Amino acid sequence: MAELPKISIYWASSCGGCEISVVNLNEKILDVAANFNLFFCPCLLDTKKTDIEALPDKDILITFFNGSIKNEDNAEMAHLLRKKSQLLIAFGSCSSEGCIPGLSNLHSLDDQMNAIYLDNLTTINPDRIIPRHETIVPEGALTIPAIYDRVRTLSEIVEVDYYIPGCPPEPHQIWNVIDHVIKQRPLPERGSVIGAGRSTVCDECSRKKGNKSIKKFYRTYEIVPEPETCLLEQGLICMGIATRDGCGGLCPKVNMPCTGCYGTPEGVLDQGAKMAAALGSILDIGDVKGLTDDEINKRIDDIINEIPDFAGMFYKYSLCSSILKGKVI
Amino acid sequence: MNKITIEPITRLEGHGKIEIFLDEKGNVANTYFQVPELRGFEQFCVGRLAEDMPVITNRICGVCPEAHHMASVKALDDLFGVVPPPAAVKIRELIYMAFYVTDHTTHFYALGGPDFIIGPEAPPAERNILGVIKKVGLDIAKQVIDCRARNHHILELLGGRGIHLVAGVPGGWSRAVSVDERRQIEDIARKNIDFALFTLKIFSDIVLKNSAYLDLITSDIYLHKTYYMGTVDDKNRVNFYDGLVRVVDPEGKEFVKYHPKEYASHIAEHVEPWTYLKFPYLKNIGWKGFEDGINSGVYCATPLSRLNVSDGMATQLAQEHYEQFYETLGSKKINGRYQPVHYRLATHWARLVELLYAAEHMLELAIDPEITSDHIRNIPKEIKGVGIGSVEAPRGTLTHHYISDTRGVLTKINLIVGTTNNYAPMSMSIKRAAQKFIYNGQIVTEGLLNKIEMAFRLYDPCLSCATHTLPGKMPMEVTIRDKDCNIIRTLARD
Repeated sequence: MAELPKISIYWASSCGGCEISVVNLNEKILDVAANFNLFFCPCLLDTKKTDIEALPDKDILITFFNGSIKNEDNAEMAHLLRKKSQLLIAFGSCSSEGCIPGLSNLHSLDDQMNAIYLDNLTTINPDRIIPRHETIVPEGALTIPAIYDRVRTLSEIVEVDYYIPGCPPEPHQIWNVIDHVIKQRPLPERGSVIGAGRSTVCDECSRKKGNKSIKKFYRTYEIVPEPETCLLEQGLICMGIATRDGCGGLCPKVNMPCTGCYGTPEGVLDQGAKMAAALGSILDIGDVKGLTDDEINKRIDDIINEIPDFAGMFYKYSLCSSILKGKVI
Repeated sequence: MNKITIEPITRLEGHGKIEIFLDEKGNVANTYFQVPELRGFEQFCVGRLAEDMPVITNRICGVCPEAHHMASVKALDDLFGVVPPPAAVKIRELIYMAFYVTDHTTHFYALGGPDFIIGPEAPPAERNILGVIKKVGLDIAKQVIDCRARNHHILELLGGRGIHLVAGVPGGWSRAVSVDERRQIEDIARKNIDFALFTLKIFSDIVLKNSAYLDLITSDIYLHKTYYMGTVDDKNRVNFYDGLVRVVDPEGKEFVKYHPKEYASHIAEHVEPWTYLKFPYLKNIGWKGFEDGINSGVYCATPLSRLNVSDGMATQLAQEHYEQFYETLGSKKINGRYQPVHYRLATHWARLVELLYAAEHMLELAIDPEITSDHIRNIPKEIKGVGIGSVEAPRGTLTHHYISDTRGVLTKINLIVGTTNNYAPMSMSIKRAAQKFIYNGQIVTEGLLNKIEMAFRLYDPCLSCATHTLPGKMPMEVTIRDKDCNIIRTLARD
């Protein structure tokens, strides 16, 4: 029997949810095990970095790389796995686009350290100690990796073959990709997004859509939405219109708006810009005949001001890969 | 001075690293358990909408996002000054019990359990989930998969997603339970009870009936007498979702019982320059270093801690197992309460008592007629500007604290996260195990790796919240260096 092709699942700076989503393949995990040699997965197996280094280049068929690049160790593993893998897949939102922890790019590293170790409600730190790369203790020297000043996506570090979006990717989509490989179907053009659709979440959402015209935005805590109508039409900022389909439209099913975790739809460069453009075209500011520019702008501002956190709403997952990138560039 | 480095997932995969320094005689001078990662939620949550926090803080941990979601939504109830309707509280709790069942199950069968089911002295290559399947049979493996699947189904159905739920809103829950769904959930809860009892039986047959294992549990390698913390209900019984936080001293006497909102009067955090993770301790005792005992502020918050702080379990079968737990481990009752069990390896057993409680309580909620009420939200009428919420995460008391402006935009946040509570106790357990297996220059190689690994794992340090590692079968590498830091020997666990 021929040797099974090797696959690896690696986590850089991540929450572990991508791994749990793989485990949520449930009984199909046994099919994965029957078709592949899961060679490297620090979450479940004890293969080590030295074992990876010992492999010939390109010996691993696919690496599913989750987590963003937050320190030098993450970056070094990205380079190593790139070298040893035929296909390197950015797996999940963190490695594809930075995800929620990428919002830390709105702040300097000093501010982050300050919030955690100095100006903090429970920390008692009279000597104003901040963790550092090297510390001399009585017995010798201790080191920890330096934290980068900003979060990077995988493709900022190495060449990426494919992207599987989602926070985390839904199990049925993970299975679609794995099944595709098992059946040796041809893969799409390199650089493509796989394990997802090409349109928007609206296409998967079962809510009724009518004419979109918004007079006022509401925050999610302010209203109980009607159960069958489009949430955006009810004034909730639902990111579905600017988000790739593939999840199955899950959040609107429980009366909550899409927050955008599947990233940009096909052909869209910037999720937040897409959302702003979409909203711009559906704001209803009433009859503007006879109003001055200032008065018109004020009406727009009044509606827009209902959303006090644009970055967190429009770029919750995609800030790192957006045009904006964040404040720290 | 000689230095031994144990890197759980090798240096470069760094989510946790242990340094052992030897003195001139070759005995352990000190150990350091370092956490080399930081993601900075405390800062980047500033400027976010308060109501986004249940979705944002999910991403602290993909293994226990449900705990963050619940602590967060409770903090929002407080910040928005709104009380959720009874049905919403019950739905939240029901989901939380389903989560506990899957989480504790995963730990027992895939992570911590292999040490016992396969045996602590067995070859490391067999001490994993595949070894468990081999020993207990494929049929049981399928039961474990089924248990995870049916409970994750509940999470997705009621929470919106299988991982990183979205349905928590200040003042309630965004999705009601239908009558048909309630029947389905009841059926699942009953299966969970059977599964929990079955799991306790496996533990009894394999571990408790084996005197060698019992000796190991009650050996002094894994003994630490610290304070314990956990949440209790109005009868001082274990509660995961709500109640008062109770702390008992190493003798079992109540040290303090406080409302979670007062947490900052009781918990403080210590900073060391050689690790990114902070060390919580009891503020009113003070940080005295990595020390056991009544004069040290170090406390532990684990399944074992929750049992130790409580007067019992709130469900019948779990109470029976609770009593068996303390009787078997030789704990005596004083003033109607069992004395604390300090054997840290008993945490594995305590976790299974909790598994049974979660399953039983899930059934109680599933058969409660109110669970299908469609009154699941109260709309907030104010923004108070401060909100504190806490739950018992599987790995310890979890507290979220938010401060907002008048628009509900956050200006400051603070988090005391489950596993973090146990950072000092874990460090101490590692040192104890190292001292036991390294002396006079002699290094008991396999024993060292095994036993340190076990000292670590009993805390269930998927360390997800802190370091995000799931060391089900933790790879280890020990590098021994001479005083000039040249490597003289490397031990590796394959």
